[in-house]
Amino acid sequence: MRGASRSKNTQDLDKRVCMTNCPTLIVTVGLPARGKTYISKKLTRYLNWIDVPTKEFNVGQYRRECVKIYKSFEFFRPDNEEGLKIRKQCALAALNDVRQFLTDEGGQVAVFDATNTTRERRETIIRFAEQNGFKVFFVESVCEDPDVIAENIVQVKLGSPDYTHCNTEEAVADFMKRIKCYENSYQPLDEELDRDLSFIKIIDVGRRYLVNRVQDHIQSRIVYYLMNIHITPRSIYLCRHGESDLNIKGRIGGDSGLSARGKEFAKALGQFIQSQNIRDLKVWTSQMKRTIQTAEALGVQYEQWKALNEIDAGVCEELMYEEIQQRYPLEFALRDQDKYRYRYPKGESYEDLVQRLEPVIMELERQENVLVICHQAVMRCLLAYFLDKTAEELPYLKCTLHTVLKLTPMAYGCKVESVCLNVDAVNTHRDRPSNVDVSRLPEEALLTVPDHH
Amino acid sequence: MLSQFLNNTSDMSAEQKELTQTPLLKIWVPGMGSSLGQRRGSSRPQFTNCPTMIVMVGLPARGKTYISKKLTRYLNWIGVPTQVFNLGQYRREVVQTYKNYEFFRPDNEEAMKIRRAYASNALKDIANYFTKEQGQVAVFDSTNTTRERRGVILSFAKEKGYKVFFIESVCDDPEIIEANTTQVKLSSPDYENCDKEEALVDFLKRIDCYKMSYVPLDEEKDRHLSFIKIFNVGSRYLVNRVQDHIQSRIVYYLMNIHVTPRSIYLSRHGESELNLLGRIGGDTGLSSQGQKYAKALAEFIRGQSIKDLKVWTSHMKRTIQTAEALGVPYEQWKALNEIDAGVCEEMTYEEIQETHPEEFALRDQDKYRYRYPKGESYEDLVHRLEPVIMELERQENVLVICHQAVMRCLLAYFLDKSEDDLPYLKCPLHTVLKLTPLAYGCKVESFYLNIQAVNTHRDRPTNVNVARKPEEALQTVPEHL
Repeated sequence: MRGASRSKNTQDLDKRVCMTNCPTLIVTVGLPARGKTYISKKLTRYLNWIDVPTKEFNVGQYRRECVKIYKSFEFFRPDNEEGLKIRKQCALAALNDVRQFLTDEGGQVAVFDATNTTRERRETIIRFAEQNGFKVFFVESVCEDPDVIAENIVQVKLGSPDYTHCNTEEAVADFMKRIKCYENSYQPLDEELDRDLSFIKIIDVGRRYLVNRVQDHIQSRIVYYLMNIHITPRSIYLCRHGESDLNIKGRIGGDSGLSARGKEFAKALGQFIQSQNIRDLKVWTSQMKRTIQTAEALGVQYEQWKALNEIDAGVCEELMYEEIQQRYPLEFALRDQDKYRYRYPKGESYEDLVQRLEPVIMELERQENVLVICHQAVMRCLLAYFLDKTAEELPYLKCTLHTVLKLTPMAYGCKVESVCLNVDAVNTHRDRPSNVDVSRLPEEALLTVPDHH
Repeated sequence: MLSQFLNNTSDMSAEQKELTQTPLLKIWVPGMGSSLGQRRGSSRPQFTNCPTMIVMVGLPARGKTYISKKLTRYLNWIGVPTQVFNLGQYRREVVQTYKNYEFFRPDNEEAMKIRRAYASNALKDIANYFTKEQGQVAVFDSTNTTRERRGVILSFAKEKGYKVFFIESVCDDPEIIEANTTQVKLSSPDYENCDKEEALVDFLKRIDCYKMSYVPLDEEKDRHLSFIKIFNVGSRYLVNRVQDHIQSRIVYYLMNIHVTPRSIYLSRHGESELNLLGRIGGDTGLSSQGQKYAKALAEFIRGQSIKDLKVWTSHMKRTIQTAEALGVPYEQWKALNEIDAGVCEEMTYEEIQETHPEEFALRDQDKYRYRYPKGESYEDLVHRLEPVIMELERQENVLVICHQAVMRCLLAYFLDKSEDDLPYLKCPLHTVLKLTPLAYGCKVESFYLNIQAVNTHRDRPTNVNVARKPEEALQTVPEHL
């Protein structure tokens, strides 16, 4: 549950109530190469996107800062006193930064990404959390499938700074020995022994889950998210509708049909999609004429989502920027001051848009190959989720007409390929002008308005 | 598959069909004869391709029927046609009078025969529900405690092409079992003619009959099945092989509900200035009567002495003004905003009749699905309220200060009202509804706080035909200034 979207004229009391009353510490648990960092980063990205300030703290990174050069797995041997000392120090340093983030920097969730495979280490963390008034939620990944582990190692371990000086075979051999160092002392979370803790145990990359004592809303959302993500390779295609009649006139919003060039794009899109030979592609559109017209040209089944409708510009619907400047100069300036949170009178903000797109994102996580035909602001929000863009960057992401973005999950992030389908279209991207002051001159406000008829 | 791409791509421009907007749902569809068939008009895809059987598993008094009914209510509310098939009811129809627990003894051959027979009938009815009645989810509410019985169900489902998802409730807490037994079993038709003590003794013997042959779902042996195992009313869950969207939503829902006693208070904002003028929508402040109501509401709430009450409002001035009078922290939800009447915002019904007579008639024809031009439908409202409902399930005592259409949607969820009833539920101004979960349903107490307000409820007129006369259309409009 999100707290209030603050009104654009934020006055005295910020009536936004936190989703959590006290900060939450998410603690990963599991042997190396079980996807802990993958989960940590993905979860952090999701929580930040839905406006829960989250940060991950990867103990491996602290170790690399401390021990400049990684020699071999021997560092991780359980009988390596020196190694143990350093590792414990690193964990404590990370926890210290966690405390700072959650207590002093307004963080709400911290993800403590380490193996945390012994009950003793987990006890230390629990005590730390209690002292600081943080809730603790464990996320354990258990996997014995050798194929999955091998794939993990290839995807992310071999490229790690630890192994820059090794060849593939050496790296794999060393890493397997590293895993062995943890195996003997590994105490998985236990239904009985740990029955008072809050945790989710993810077994075999999501085949099975054990969920214990979900305490509050944010933990419930985290569990739901974790249960919907998968690692099956797939691609997500994002594009806008073809150029519309209102686009040509430089007018925002509305529900017009495609221009002649827009129709050409729809055809080209059909050809492009066919050439990609995508397995079981799902096609989604909004409920606005222009996305539907675009999808119709593909000649395949598609699903309509009202949630994918363009941002509602309220009283500014179908106006040109020049008209908005003329009739609502104050609003126009406020929008430039904080484009993410600014809400059009009787309309929406980007922040509202993110909230309404959350079920779409959740379903995109569940699905495999999907083509989403949507709108400029909507596409910016979706893109920001996949590419981990901040609230400041989001409203200015470039999502041009007649260009398809192909997103393919890769390692810890997302590969983006941009395909311009070579059909001309107007530019609808308006950059933030230098002067956002309410007292600015009209010319200054309209400085960055793209050309139109 | 993309190979189904139409061959006549070259004709696309000529054929690049004109889209028309369906009058009721305001959905854009290809003008003439689309080869792609009818599209569902709701605001989101349903993601159900084949019917799903939800199969309950567990000893008696483990909350199976509670879960079945609640889950069914939720799924129907979010637009997934769902029905419960309770085997106990089938039994009561066949075996008119319940004698005692001996019917359930595992060595009672005759009873076993009868039980297998009506179980088979239930499965037939489920098949019928899916094929003839457009059902999408069937909840098979029975103990299903043996692997054999579950095997029968799985074969049946496989043959018909239905998905199966098991929900098992495991509970060893004697207090919970006793509470369940007292709440729902003792008042069952089975025990009409017994006194409480006899009933309890018999029921416990009934549970024993099942215990001996009970084989719970097993992590290992049943690893190919899709299921959720709920331990001790939700302190722990084991989830295995969630197959699709609807199963994921079901799991999420089950993990958010609880049985801790609490009450939910629903109220509209105090009377607003636009209410007085008989105008819909908008974002005005409270009238003087409305302000009086806000104060009365504060007094009422104080009088109820509610533990840890959370207060929620929409983002609209009138609900916030109402909450302000309570003098306690409150949370604003944009999702609780009143239905968007699009081009009809701030109009009176008379003006709508004058300027959009056809729209006005369409709305009366199907008020649930009708979407205002550039606005929303009740159906859209339900989807936008889903996160609110989910959070209401998680919470305990909550006061929701909202709006007429919104309150109707929330009320319909709690009281299991159909799509036909929902848009006409009576939610008058200045009245608080207190909902308290009880047994399998919800107790409703209505508190009118004795502050005069206009009536904003417009009943469905008799004539909903587009060709009707203005007087016929405006017949049921409530009075206003």
